[in-house]
Amino acid sequence: MNAATKPQMMNTIQAVNRALDEAMAADPNVILLGEDIADKQEGGVVGVTKGLSTKYGEKRVRTTPIAEQAIIGAAIGAAIVGMRPVAEIMLMNFTTVAMDMIVNHAAKLRFMSGGQTHVPLTIRTMTGAGFGTGGQHADYLEAWFAHTAGIKVVAPSSPADAYGLMLSCIFDDDPCLFIENMPTYWNPGPAPTPGVRIPLGKANILRQGSDVTVVSYSREMSDCVAVAERLGKEGINVELVDLRTIVPLDMQTILTSAAKTRRVVIVHEAVKSFGVGAEIAARINEELFGHLKAPVGRIGARSCPVPFAKPLEMAFMPGQMEIETAIRATLK
Amino acid sequence: MTSVATPDRATLVELYRRATLIKQNDERFRSVIKAGKIVAPYYSPRGQEIIPAAVSVNLTNDDYICTIYRGVHDMIAKGVPLKELWAEIAGKVTGTCKGKGGPMHITHPKTGVMVTTGVVGSSMPIANGLALAAQIRGEKRVAVAYFGDGASNIGAFHEALNMASVWKLPVVFVCQNNGYGEHTKYEYATSAAKISDRASGYSMPGVTVDGNDPLAMYAAAKEAVDRARAGGGPTLIEAKTFRFFGHVLGDADGYMEKGEKDAAMARDPVVRFRKLLIEQGHADEQTLAALEAGIEKEIDAAVDFALASASPTLDELSIDVFAETVA
Repeated sequence: MNAATKPQMMNTIQAVNRALDEAMAADPNVILLGEDIADKQEGGVVGVTKGLSTKYGEKRVRTTPIAEQAIIGAAIGAAIVGMRPVAEIMLMNFTTVAMDMIVNHAAKLRFMSGGQTHVPLTIRTMTGAGFGTGGQHADYLEAWFAHTAGIKVVAPSSPADAYGLMLSCIFDDDPCLFIENMPTYWNPGPAPTPGVRIPLGKANILRQGSDVTVVSYSREMSDCVAVAERLGKEGINVELVDLRTIVPLDMQTILTSAAKTRRVVIVHEAVKSFGVGAEIAARINEELFGHLKAPVGRIGARSCPVPFAKPLEMAFMPGQMEIETAIRATLK
Repeated sequence: MTSVATPDRATLVELYRRATLIKQNDERFRSVIKAGKIVAPYYSPRGQEIIPAAVSVNLTNDDYICTIYRGVHDMIAKGVPLKELWAEIAGKVTGTCKGKGGPMHITHPKTGVMVTTGVVGSSMPIANGLALAAQIRGEKRVAVAYFGDGASNIGAFHEALNMASVWKLPVVFVCQNNGYGEHTKYEYATSAAKISDRASGYSMPGVTVDGNDPLAMYAAAKEAVDRARAGGGPTLIEAKTFRFFGHVLGDADGYMEKGEKDAAMARDPVVRFRKLLIEQGHADEQTLAALEAGIEKEIDAAVDFALASASPTLDELSIDVFAETVA
């Protein structure tokens, strides 16, 4: 392969940075708030916002106190008068400190005001087990937010998707929670097409297949791809549905695929109990009961806090072995 | 020593009009709700009228307020039209929020009432954001956050004051200290002798003022609003007051000291203000009586409008959740 045909590669840090940069260039209402995000503080703890305060000024790229309620509150107030703030809550567990602002205010102001105000706010947050960060730095909490009406929940699985979905979130007129997986931040993927937004609420069929549907999102998607490739060599054709957004949930794509394959496995890193998988399984049951050839399989983390010790952490997270076992179980 | 601002005659009468508008609306809210014509949780602001009246005469429609669920006086003082206000409290489709927010979530951006929160302490972080937008855009708008003494003990207060001070935001924090957080007396819950003492911890001016004194309250509000508008950053005002009808309508006042309420009611700030206006020759009896009669008529029309209006239709359940209608 020569240089001309080799696809340009980019990691998620670079992809999100590019989306933020382009959004800020396009619209003066786009501002960034968060801990350590300006260049004086090194452009964010992993450098997602690097260069932006130098380019757009510290008026628009503001390093905040470590005060999550104040960060989200300020972002909400600015958003309801027409700005498009992107607020970084460094780690998803720290959203707990700002839950009143996110759940009682950002998500509900449009409805409670009868549509007079709305909150075009994007909350960026990173998470994910695998880095030995223990019980308060690695949880996937998307189900909490999906359970609250009025906030969109977005979980890209690749750098290109992160770019296109981030642009859609920033220019969406409602609050969006944007989940970035920390351990895979540095993994390269094909660069996105500049300027192309990926619509919220539309799942992506990553791989066509006829035997079993696997639904996933965020980091687990790459494990699902690896398992599907392996099983493909055995003649088991797995169809992969990458949700991209949990809210809005693209049930139509899921149901169309499930009706075709008649077997479904749902995979996420969040704990299995009361998770997104449970909701999707229930909805599939409501629509396709009797049509399925096997019970819907669910894969998720164990119901325990994210553990520290490496063997425990690895066992806590769902891995390729469990995904493969669950897929085979539907084929019995 | 800085000079203390005194309102001119027209401003004084306007301040009285707003205070009495609150008083008369409150009297009617209580009677209509007690008669069962409207079913709604109601938090009477009677006794606290002077505070938002004095703040609001220093604001324009371009200025923002964030208030709280027991802040109907703040909304009335800022100018929310009575018909829409009454209709919202009655849960009608003609209300400010189409009946979807209710008394604890009145919103009316046209008059700058941007958020009414049902959560103690949450007005302050959001007011910062309104002020932040004005600051970034180079606008001369000011944001006011109203809250009670109880809210100065919650984390959001401290996070918000710190951020406002660090960023020199054009925001005024108005604490209406009525001596009780819900049923708990100030001394049981608050470590500071004065709420305004907390301002120094955030390097901002803090002042304690008699919130029932229209002249003192006006001067404090004007100074803070002017400072914010001129880019001088935030101020914390502690306005001392007393609520006549407990926390929520129906409150039995069992937690209050005997005679405390009667003593406060005997010093009704609106009645005292009226007397002062006449004694000092700012207005005569006839003028004020006509003003009050006009307000009564306006309230009559608002009540009739609210009661005659329709409830929202059920399709509203899927509207305004997101920009797109949901299933």
